Amino acid sequence: MTGTLKALVIGMGVLVGSLANAADEFIVLQSTTSTRNSGLLDALIPKFEAISGIEVRVVAVGTGQALRNAQNGDGDVLMVHAKLAEEEFVANGWGVKRFDLMYNDFVVVGPGDDPAGVESIANVTDLISKIAKSGEVFVSRGDDSGTHRAELGLWSQAGIDVAAASGTWYRETGAGMGTTLNIGIGMGGYMLTDRASWATFGHKAGFRILGAGDKRLLNQYGIILVNPARHPRVNAVAGQAFIDWLTGETGQALIADFSIAGQQLFFPNANVVQD
Amino acid sequence: MQDFSTIFAQSIGLILGGDAQLWAVIFLSLKVSLLAVLASGIIGLPLGALLAVGRFRGRQAVIVLVNALMGLPPVVVGLIVYLMLSNTGPFGVFQLLYTPTAMIIAQTVLVTPIVAALARQLLETLDAEYSEQLRSFGVSRLGTVPTLLWDGRYGLMTALLAGFGRAIAEVGAVIIVGGNINHVTRVMTTSIALETSRGNLALALALGAILVAMAIVVNAAVTVLGLSARQAANV
Amino acid sequence: MFDNKSEKSTQPLLISVQDLVYEAGDAFRLQVDELQISAGGPTVILGPNGAGKSLFLRLLHGLLAPDNGSVLVNGVVPDAAVRRQQAMVFQQPVLLRRTVAANISYALKVRGVKRVTRRRKVDALLRQNGLSDQAKQAARTLSGGEQQRLALARALAIEPEVLFLDEPTSSLDPSSAGAIEEIIANAGQAGTKIIMVTHDLGLAQRLADRVIFFHKGRVCEQALGTDFFKRANSPEARAFLASNLALWAGGNS
Repeated sequence: MTGTLKALVIGMGVLVGSLANAADEFIVLQSTTSTRNSGLLDALIPKFEAISGIEVRVVAVGTGQALRNAQNGDGDVLMVHAKLAEEEFVANGWGVKRFDLMYNDFVVVGPGDDPAGVESIANVTDLISKIAKSGEVFVSRGDDSGTHRAELGLWSQAGIDVAAASGTWYRETGAGMGTTLNIGIGMGGYMLTDRASWATFGHKAGFRILGAGDKRLLNQYGIILVNPARHPRVNAVAGQAFIDWLTGETGQALIADFSIAGQQLFFPNANVVQD
Repeated sequence: MQDFSTIFAQSIGLILGGDAQLWAVIFLSLKVSLLAVLASGIIGLPLGALLAVGRFRGRQAVIVLVNALMGLPPVVVGLIVYLMLSNTGPFGVFQLLYTPTAMIIAQTVLVTPIVAALARQLLETLDAEYSEQLRSFGVSRLGTVPTLLWDGRYGLMTALLAGFGRAIAEVGAVIIVGGNINHVTRVMTTSIALETSRGNLALALALGAILVAMAIVVNAAVTVLGLSARQAANV
Repeated sequence: MFDNKSEKSTQPLLISVQDLVYEAGDAFRLQVDELQISAGGPTVILGPNGAGKSLFLRLLHGLLAPDNGSVLVNGVVPDAAVRRQQAMVFQQPVLLRRTVAANISYALKVRGVKRVTRRRKVDALLRQNGLSDQAKQAARTLSGGEQQRLALARALAIEPEVLFLDEPTSSLDPSSAGAIEEIIANAGQAGTKIIMVTHDLGLAQRLADRVIFFHKGRVCEQALGTDFFKRANSPEARAFLASNLALWAGGNS
């Protein structure tokens, strides 16, 4: 017994010792599940780490949570997709400056046999109105994420009060994109998702894209350095280096090159002059 | 839907394949949870013993509280520890958020009530049997604590194992305070959550099978160390 | 109350009880107005079931505190320090979940005996009590007789001033009981004051220097052992002896 106790103590000592890893320079990137789950960040970050020597640690959560985490100073760089919220974040002094980074688009996915019959409808507000009236289930993220905010914007444009329908045909999961897709597929419902998350989702179970192409489905990603004036521990130099690299020639080219099964999922637009 | 034999084959393949990243994730899971259990033991065992033998005002209230805290939701623990360790929180200065240490802290908060409550129950029974004899030896009330802890060690090991089971299996707390950062704070449960959200259900289940296997290995190891029912009762 | 001072001892006073009251729940009240126990030969406490004998033993050892009145051992209230000079063996021996040797070693350790001395004493005690072969065995796997021998060896390890025994031979077979009786007798002769509760009248008669007879929570009679068994004074004691002697004689025929 005494011998095994000693072995245990030594073992625990080794474990404790291994906690004190040499801390190389790193930044924390507060980002969204769509960029991570699609594999985009896995394609970009090792290249940046190789040339800069800066490790990028990705915390992938919903846009709402990413914004709050960054506001608490728990991150150096913020990469999300909710332009209004991002601009507000910068205006309130939490971020230094917002840069456009890239875009893709949202799509409406649903059961392969399309029970609500929405497939040929080009106008997205008409499309979701028809789902609402069909009695088929629509499954929402309901988690204050970028996708959720975009979806709520569309309902409001369509003049449909989803809050009143909550729990009936309108179901809010309060979960991330992947979890919501799993739930929605289980329920046989329609969902709004970003194209990248859908393209890389591994459990489609006969579901497919039934609505896409409306310009209101544009999904713009932005990138922001957390303001070191508010949070002195922010690694501003390394964070800005990452932003510069992503919005620069190399990063933008790598974003354009990233594809799944021959399909480009993100379209760089950092250098496009916008109105 | 992939059938279970595929999933089983995939998990065996994952283990035998010796994927370095998988091993790193397994090691981190074990490291975080074992250290959390160690810390919980250091705090929870004496606390449980004090509750078992102590006769102080409010003892019953503390026992009720500790028993209730056994059911702490991991997400709530994660949130509280996040707020403590966040840069705007009281312990932000230590820069522990999104590190394995943060995960150990969260799991320690989660597991300590389990260890303390189970230890209290076990040691109270042992104390009922021992207390007259130990007092006859002239041992003070508090002086009986080391004797009870030692003579109850096999039963207490089971309490620690229960705590370990809780720690290694929980995802809600570690995903908030650890951030599920690849190569830094990604453990088995957060990997499973990630693969599930990616729709890679077979891979997620394979990882789940490995997690169960890990729990079996740890429990078996403790049993081999000499925890048999007979010994628990007699030695 | 009968005359408790009729048999004055020539031995020095060891324990004195004054105006003692102890309530065990609503149903039972133990009351001893005045009682002295002297050093010297064994004192045996007798009485029917539920007379309060075991409670009284615990009060003398300081495991229970009286609700009223006092128990004084050598003039002081029996606290942990006093108990460290004494020992008690309970009706159900409480053995630690350790080896036989470790049980004895523990009793020495909590009394501050140094490690080297401990080892020597443990070996000697195991030999004296015929437990050497079981030294490394888990104490709680011993037979009933062996457990009682170990409990006694552990109690005697510190050569206590007083040894309290609560039914030391109950539930033992005759040969085990004989071995226990021999250990108790030897300890008494070696200078340890024995205070014993028992139902075994044969054991009581052979060992008792003095007898205290309890009935319904009160001391009914105190006497020299020889006198008590020849001609008990109180009707309660006579009735007790009559019924139990028949059993005892029957059991030993």
